[in-house]
Amino acid sequence: MEDCLSKKIEITVSEAEKRTGRNAVNMQETYTAYLIETRAVESQNEGQCSPVDSLWRRYSEFELLRNYLLVTFPHIVVPPLPEKRADFVWHKLSADNMDPDFVERRRIGLENFLLRVASHPVLCQDNIFYSFLTQEGGWKEMVNETGFQLKADSRLKALNATFRVKNPDKRFTELKHYSDELQSVISHLLRVRARVADRLYGVYKVHGNYGRVFSEWSAIEKEMGDGLQSAGHHMDVYAASIDDILEEEEHYADQLKEYLFYAEALRAVCRKHELMQYDLEMAAQDLTSKKQQCEELATGTVRTFSLKGMTSKLFGQETPEQREAKIKVLEEQIQEGEEQLKSKNLEGRDFVKSAWADIERFKEQKNHDLKEALISYAVMQISMCKKGIQVWTNAKECFSKM
Amino acid sequence: QDLSLPNGTPVDTSSPASSSSLLNRLQLDDDLDGETRDLFVTVDDPKKHVCTMETYITYRVTTKTTRAEFDLPEYSVRRRYQDFDWLRIKLEESQPTHLIPPLPEKFVVKGVVDRFSEEFVETRRKALDKFLKRITDHPVLSFNEHFNVFLTAKDLNAYKKQGMALLSKMGESVKYVTGGYKLKSRPLEFAAIGEYLDTFSLKLGTIDRIAQRIIKEQLEYLVELREYGPVYSTWGGLEVELAEPLEGVSACIGNCCTALEELSEDMSEDFLPVLREYILYSESMKNVLKKRDQVQAEYEAKLEAVALKKEERPKVPTDVEKCQDRVECFNADLKADMERWQNNKRQDFRQLLMGMADKNIQYYEKVCGTA
Repeated sequence: MEDCLSKKIEITVSEAEKRTGRNAVNMQETYTAYLIETRAVESQNEGQCSPVDSLWRRYSEFELLRNYLLVTFPHIVVPPLPEKRADFVWHKLSADNMDPDFVERRRIGLENFLLRVASHPVLCQDNIFYSFLTQEGGWKEMVNETGFQLKADSRLKALNATFRVKNPDKRFTELKHYSDELQSVISHLLRVRARVADRLYGVYKVHGNYGRVFSEWSAIEKEMGDGLQSAGHHMDVYAASIDDILEEEEHYADQLKEYLFYAEALRAVCRKHELMQYDLEMAAQDLTSKKQQCEELATGTVRTFSLKGMTSKLFGQETPEQREAKIKVLEEQIQEGEEQLKSKNLEGRDFVKSAWADIERFKEQKNHDLKEALISYAVMQISMCKKGIQVWTNAKECFSKM
Repeated sequence: QDLSLPNGTPVDTSSPASSSSLLNRLQLDDDLDGETRDLFVTVDDPKKHVCTMETYITYRVTTKTTRAEFDLPEYSVRRRYQDFDWLRIKLEESQPTHLIPPLPEKFVVKGVVDRFSEEFVETRRKALDKFLKRITDHPVLSFNEHFNVFLTAKDLNAYKKQGMALLSKMGESVKYVTGGYKLKSRPLEFAAIGEYLDTFSLKLGTIDRIAQRIIKEQLEYLVELREYGPVYSTWGGLEVELAEPLEGVSACIGNCCTALEELSEDMSEDFLPVLREYILYSESMKNVLKKRDQVQAEYEAKLEAVALKKEERPKVPTDVEKCQDRVECFNADLKADMERWQNNKRQDFRQLLMGMADKNIQYYEKVCGTA
């Protein structure tokens, strides 16, 4: 098995830049472009620095890449992109796409996306992906030439399949249910977390008012003055500390968001299975009815009620020649149908096998990543408490000197 | 140590001379620390009484003393808020030149607070205990006759009926009510005290508002946390490997909620009442300053009247002399009380603010412990 691309080249999204240009309808628009840098990984011994290749891409190109991957590798849980618009924001953060903090977090998210794809054993081998990283001009045309848009399943078709499929693989049904629940619980979590952050911000900031009033009070005191004044300073420090704390927490929220969007990708794989299974069931059904028709014509017996049977009784039966012709056509179709059914069956089984393999890989990755995220969140909380203890201990000492 | 008091009789402020000489002697030994103290008073054991007409709470007031003014070394009586209020008014009337400590507010102002809730009763008990202890520590007030009766009488109501008729709830003494005299010049030190008290109570008011705001924000934060924690549990229910860490985070947040609730309660019950007490203290002190101004103004007016009469006798009439004594006495009492007050204030606030810091430290330690 070839090594993943991520082991051969270093990929970074190192910069973000505001650009203006003209869009498809020749209207001026502002957008952000991101610089992708790639460098071949050198072995430790040589110590040579290989040259850095770079090119600029905008968010819509990342989207195009991802859509291509989704259609081309329907059995893979394709890594998600960072959110298009700022969602789950708490009041201090801006919901504006042009806000520097949002852009910065998006830059990190895009880099993460590329690294995920590059370290995926199947996806990293794709040429379009490689060209995305290395070929600035003509990449869009190259993608469109693959004709992947044509291969995409219509949403309506997929939805239809969800309700009508009779024998889906139970594992996929369970998994789809799980991904729905996961999406629901993570969105709820992110919404409440944003509100919690908002409130916590308020608590810390109000303490800053102590700083001012202690300072004013200290002016009229003799012995108490110094203690009050210096305690007030610590209250200011306390109030200011929340900014860094919450910024760190945003990183945790981003980690959760990635898996919120991953749940959607998981769901898509399950849907693809349902669609294939539905297709298969339809084809089998069609084949069965054709065989039946053929038999009826051959034996002259009408087993099932049909309008044709009725009309032939009313208006006279067809000639034997006509019947023979029909039988021949049907036999051809049946043969075609059987071959198609065979290949569909094979396709279906292959899909289930390879999809399930990637799902297992994904599960392990998810458990590992989220465990780490939760642990680092707990560490963040402990660090916040320690800071709190420090500040209040300092303030207490100042009060003790009053 | 020898206090040399007239045996059995408490100090009477109608003779200013004895009061100032007493003060002179006491100023040598101002710090009554635990070793030299001979009077100990405690307020505890609140009990609810349900009668046909009303329901109220009484508190046990326990006294331990070696002072000659007390017949027994120990007393235990039950008193209700009304009785404390009566005591305060009597003290203001009989000791108008001194700063009388404040009582907790009579009526519950904000919100629908249960008068009989454990928290309210406990907060009040602490304040009443502080009130009596401040009087106990005062070298003049602690010898007051009404205070003695309050601590010792089995039937306080009988004594109340015997006593002087209540003049006014504001505690203005008839002796010292003088109308319309304009003060010519306020001595610098009393002007300074007045200005200090103005700014001081203003700053305390601000701190009170900030503390209330923090409590409010904390409670809103708590509401969100209470929704936040359980979502992790729900998620844990979906997972296998992640169930443990998710439950862990959920439990942690739950613990945070408990700790936060305790912190907010503590601040409400222990911190805010003391602030408010000092604001009330400042207000009553400013009233005493006004009275002092009036006494001085009366003296100055009478002095001026004498000067205008252009009498040949160089001797100053006795009532003007009395006025002068009153002014000097008042000034001396007030000055001594202010010094004592400043010192106690410093200690009280040192303790209060250190307590606030402590509560916050404990909160973080509780959260840290389980994270």
